[in-house]
Amino acid sequence: MKQTLYLAWRYLAFHRVKTMILLLSITLILFLPVGLRVLVNQSSLQLTERAEATPLVFGSKGSPLELSLNTLYFRSDFPEPMGHEEQERILETGLAPVVPMYVRYHSQGHPIVGTSIEYFEHRALAVGAGRLFAKLGECVLGARVARSLGAEVGDAIISSPENLFDLAGEYPLKMVIVGILDHADSPDDDAIFADIKTTWIIEGIGHGHQDVSEQDATSAVLSREDNRIVANASIVQFNEITDENVGAFHFHGDISHFPLTAVIAFPPDQKASALLQGRYQSDESIQVARPSEVMGELLDTILTIESFIVAGAVLVGLATLASAALVFSLSLRLRRREIETLFKIGGSRASVISLMLSEMVVVLVSGVVLAGVLTVLTSQYGAVLVRALVRM
Amino acid sequence: MTSDAVIRIRDLEFRYGEGDFRLRIPELSIQSASSVAFAGPSGSGKTTLLHLIAGIVTPIQGRIATAGVDVSALSDRDRRGFRIRHIGLVFQEFELLEYLSVLDNVLLPYRINPALDLTQEVVERAHALTEQVGMVDKLRRAPRQLSQGERQRVAVCRAVLAEPRVLMADEPTGNLDPLNKGKVLDILFDYQKTSGTTLLTVTHDQDVLERFERVVDFKEFHA
Repeated sequence: MKQTLYLAWRYLAFHRVKTMILLLSITLILFLPVGLRVLVNQSSLQLTERAEATPLVFGSKGSPLELSLNTLYFRSDFPEPMGHEEQERILETGLAPVVPMYVRYHSQGHPIVGTSIEYFEHRALAVGAGRLFAKLGECVLGARVARSLGAEVGDAIISSPENLFDLAGEYPLKMVIVGILDHADSPDDDAIFADIKTTWIIEGIGHGHQDVSEQDATSAVLSREDNRIVANASIVQFNEITDENVGAFHFHGDISHFPLTAVIAFPPDQKASALLQGRYQSDESIQVARPSEVMGELLDTILTIESFIVAGAVLVGLATLASAALVFSLSLRLRRREIETLFKIGGSRASVISLMLSEMVVVLVSGVVLAGVLTVLTSQYGAVLVRALVRM
Repeated sequence: MTSDAVIRIRDLEFRYGEGDFRLRIPELSIQSASSVAFAGPSGSGKTTLLHLIAGIVTPIQGRIATAGVDVSALSDRDRRGFRIRHIGLVFQEFELLEYLSVLDNVLLPYRINPALDLTQEVVERAHALTEQVGMVDKLRRAPRQLSQGERQRVAVCRAVLAEPRVLMADEPTGNLDPLNKGKVLDILFDYQKTSGTTLLTVTHDQDVLERFERVVDFKEFHA
C-alpha cells in the first residue's frame, strides 16, 4: 500500500495543475454549503443577540426593519424622525426607562450616534480610555473607530456634511474625543457617540455665534431695534464648542419637537412591556418595533435564501463531480499504454486499480481535509468575517 | 530438443479473436544462457511469441514451458507471478513512466508488485545497474530530460533488476541512432554473458541479427 500511495503521489505531483484544479473544485463543493451554514448561523447569532438585548424600539410609523437596523446597527436609510416629546410621553407612563437615539450623521464614514449616557449602561459598554461625554461637543469613540482613525483621547474629529453642495445646510462640528470604549464585539465598536444635543447642533437646530449685543460687533448687525437685534451674514459661527464659547450655544424652537430617530425602552418585565405596547397599539404616528421579532423575520428570509444557495451549490457540486469523473475516465484512456506497461511488468489488475483509486482517494481526502480546515477557520473567525461583511 | 533448454514449445497455435492472424509453431527449443533473435516480416508473430513465452497471452492449443514451468497451464495470477520472477521485458518505445524519476522507473516492478519486496539491497542493486550503464548521475531526472539512448538504458535496468532468467527485448534498438544502438546492444549482451540469462530479441535490423548466436526465422511458422 505504501508503494501504491507513493506512485499515486508522484503522479499527482507531476500533474500538479490538473491536481490543484480538482482539489480546489472538491474543496469548494464540500466547503460551500457547510461554510455558508456556519456563516448564516454566526450572522443569526449576532443579529438575535443584539435584538434580544433591545426589547422595544419606538419610532415614527414606517418600516420596522429600517427602524431596527438604524437603531441597533446604525445602518439603513435615515428613518422618519419623531419629536423629542415622545421620549417624555413614554417616560411618563412609568413603565420603562428609555434611551433616546438620533442616528443621522457621520464622520469619516462612521455613524455619529446621538444618545444619553444611559445607553452605555444598558449595552454594558465600558470605557477603555478617558471618560464618557459630559458636555456639548464631546464624543466617545467605539474601539474600532479609534483604531481605524488612529485617534486618541484629546484629539478631535469633525462631522461630515450630509450634502457637500447644500450651502444652507448644517455646519461641520468639530468634536473633542473624551473617551474610547473597550472592544465590545458589536456595532458599537464602529460608532461615534455624542450627547443627543450635540447631534442637534450638527443638525443646525442649536448653534453658537459671536455675541451681537456687544458694541464691537456692529459690523455683524443688520438692524437693532429695542431688544431685537438682527445679524447679517458676516456673523461668526462657531464650529467648535469650547469652554470659552459654550455659553454662546443655544437652541431655537421647542425642544419637544427636536428630532429623534428612535427611543429604546427597557421594560423591567413582560407585563410592563405588554402594557407599553398596548398604549401604542392604535397610535397613528408612532410604531413600536420588537427587534427580536423583526430580526427573526429577516433571518427567516435569509435562511430561505440560504436554502436556495445550498441547493444550487449541491447541484453545482454534482455537476463538478460528474465532470471530475469524466476527466478521470478520459485520463484512463490517455493512460492506456501506461496501464498496459504496468500489466506487462507484472502489475496485477488489483494493483493497477488500487493505484488509480489511490490517486482519486488522495485528492478526495485532501479536499475533505482542506474543506474541514476551512470550516473550522470559518467557525473560529466567522464572527469577525460576518462583521467585516456587514461593515462593507 | 536439448536437455538444458530454458524454453520448450510444442504444437503451439495462437490467434487473436476472429482475425486472420494465426501463429503455428510445431516445435521450438531455446537453450539456457543463449542469445536468440526472432526475425521475420512484420505481422509474422515475433512479438506475439515473446508475449506467449512471458505468459502475457495464452495459446489456444499446445504447450509452452519456460524455465521448466508450463506457462500455458497457469492461472492468470500464477502467470503474473511467474513473469515477475523469471521474465524481464524491454520495449521498443521504452515505456518509461513520465511522472517517475529514472530511479523510480528502474524500481517500478518492485513498487507495482506487492509480491516483490523493495529492500535496501534492491535499491543498491538499482544503483549498481545504473552505474554500469552510465546513468547513475541522472537518477533524479525525469524521462523527458533523457536522450532516446539513455531512456532505453533505463528500460534495460528496469527489466533486469529482478534478475530474470529470460530477458526479452522487442525491437530494443528500433528507435535509436547507430551509436546508441551499439551501446544498448553492448549492455544487453554484457548482462546476458555475466548473468547467464537467456536473451530473446525481436528485430528487423541485419546488423543486430549478426550479433546473436541463433536467429529464428518466422517465415517457417507463418501460416
